Amino acid sequence: MLQRKGSICNTVMVYGNDFQTSAGDLLGEVEAAEAALREAAGRELAGEAGDAGGHDAGRHGAGDRDPGARDPGKERAGYFDRIISADQKIEPRDDMPDAYRKTLIRQIAQHAHSEIIGMQPEANWITRAPSLKRKAILLAKVQDEAGHGLYLYAAAETLGAAREELVDKLLTGRQKYSSIFNYPTLTWADVGVIGWLVDGAAIVNQVPLCRCSYGPYARAMIRICKEESFHQRQGYEILYTLAHGTPAQRELAQDAVDRWWYPSLAMFGPPDSESTHSEQSMQWKIKRFSNDDLRQRFVDMCVGQVEVLGLRLPDPALRWNPQRGAHDFTEPDYAELMRVISGDGPCNRQRMAHRRAAHADGGWVREAAAAYAAKQAGAEA
Amino acid sequence: MTTVEEVLGLGDDALVAAQRLAQWTARAHELEEDVALANIALDQLGAARLLLSYAGELEGAGRDEDALAYLRDDREFRNVLLVELPNGDFAVTVAKLLFLAAYQRDRYRQLAAGEDERLAGIAGKTVKESAYHLDHAALWTLRLGDGTAESHRRMQSAVDEIWPYTYELFEGNELRPGWLATVEPVLAEATLTRPDDGGWAPRGGREGRHTEHLSYLLAELQVLHRAHAGASW
Repeated sequence: MLQRKGSICNTVMVYGNDFQTSAGDLLGEVEAAEAALREAAGRELAGEAGDAGGHDAGRHGAGDRDPGARDPGKERAGYFDRIISADQKIEPRDDMPDAYRKTLIRQIAQHAHSEIIGMQPEANWITRAPSLKRKAILLAKVQDEAGHGLYLYAAAETLGAAREELVDKLLTGRQKYSSIFNYPTLTWADVGVIGWLVDGAAIVNQVPLCRCSYGPYARAMIRICKEESFHQRQGYEILYTLAHGTPAQRELAQDAVDRWWYPSLAMFGPPDSESTHSEQSMQWKIKRFSNDDLRQRFVDMCVGQVEVLGLRLPDPALRWNPQRGAHDFTEPDYAELMRVISGDGPCNRQRMAHRRAAHADGGWVREAAAAYAAKQAGAEA
Repeated sequence: MTTVEEVLGLGDDALVAAQRLAQWTARAHELEEDVALANIALDQLGAARLLLSYAGELEGAGRDEDALAYLRDDREFRNVLLVELPNGDFAVTVAKLLFLAAYQRDRYRQLAAGEDERLAGIAGKTVKESAYHLDHAALWTLRLGDGTAESHRRMQSAVDEIWPYTYELFEGNELRPGWLATVEPVLAEATLTRPDDGGWAPRGGREGRHTEHLSYLLAELQVLHRAHAGASW
């Protein structure tokens, strides 16, 4: 299972290339996932050449792509299972169970929506960033998030879900986004904490998705995780600077950590005993580790990092447990998580109103672009 | 000889334009446009940082880019009025960008071939970015001008509103004929009417006499930096 990284606490350095926290280890995992992806592609080709009856036969040949050609129903059902159990990738045109497709669309769309809504709390500080360098970095970061939204909507489109349809589901509240973005960014230090804790938690959640069984999602996640690790680092640097700055700056940093710690822990979802989608997703290799395992990994990672920052995590029960080889900690308030998910967080209404207003205000622009494109197409025809 | 005021004018144009464009983040009509506007804002901000750093060196009083951006008051800013005007609807933003980018491209092109090597180096980089900004704004001017009846009305109204502020761009330079040669064909192809000359021509930015809008823009830009005097970020 998960490797515990208890020892990283002492090796954490901060500036330049010395950010050797477990974020570095996670990045290594992203690269390993990328290598595995390439290797799996090679294996498929070898299988195709060697054994026509093998489980990979015909995966890349357009002519015999239909794996059920010889023995329709049976062959088709078995094909999906064999790909999953061989740790290979399902590709857009492969047969897949409806429930698998729906689960993926739901998860990828929710992830895309989170990137889009997640732009708001950080964009809140772009115009007030305290130096021109920080302003540039934050602007670039929020721009990356729009880019992540684009890759993810594209991944969902490969499953037959059009972007407009998914955006409509977001705007009408039929699909969710990560509840963390329903908390407000009250001070500049929140921008640092979002980078460190929120992006950090997102990376811990997302690195295993680089090995997700659905190829386009896995590939999008590899790209996203690489950029997220840069985001986490810039957040950590903001906090490090604040924590080592004036007493007022230090106070901003500690206050932000106090407010965001438990909501960040809640990003891993409800405890395993109450998680509704987990088991099937684990079987399908969409999800690879349980919520509680990932949460534990995140806590263990943060303990060392907060020491270097010279700040504290707001949990008096936090301590190393040598028997478990992990830190004991206080669970987040899952009742609060459920309230925020169901719409009653501090900023749910504001975030949705903002997104709906941007969409509605842009209606005439989208119509103009479509009308102009139609005229150009007409002129060329 | 390059003067501090001249470089401040270029740097402040870029900084204030960046601040306005950054206000669009997460508000555009499509994700692609959020990405594009943020990109242009980043280019303008990058240019502002290089130019303000150089202005600080020329001045020789130990002010760096942040001291110039965060610790001057509105009467000390040297940007043209056009960049500080509110974003308005997307058509107003496009009109502002079209007129600004067409001017900046030609101005940077001139500086890139000029005698001040430092400025030539900066301009050599920024001229390519301005060409992209111009291209982006021109494409949107066409789509909006020649799109629907509503978008045409909005784009024409934006052009009419912003046009008077363009005269100030050409104070102390001979770039207006070239600028017209760039802008007029775009307006014509977009089925828009080019406003007549000889009307209202507000000015004063280069001497620090601004619109009421700049002080609010700077209040937002400077609030946090000024609340923690002497702090590092």
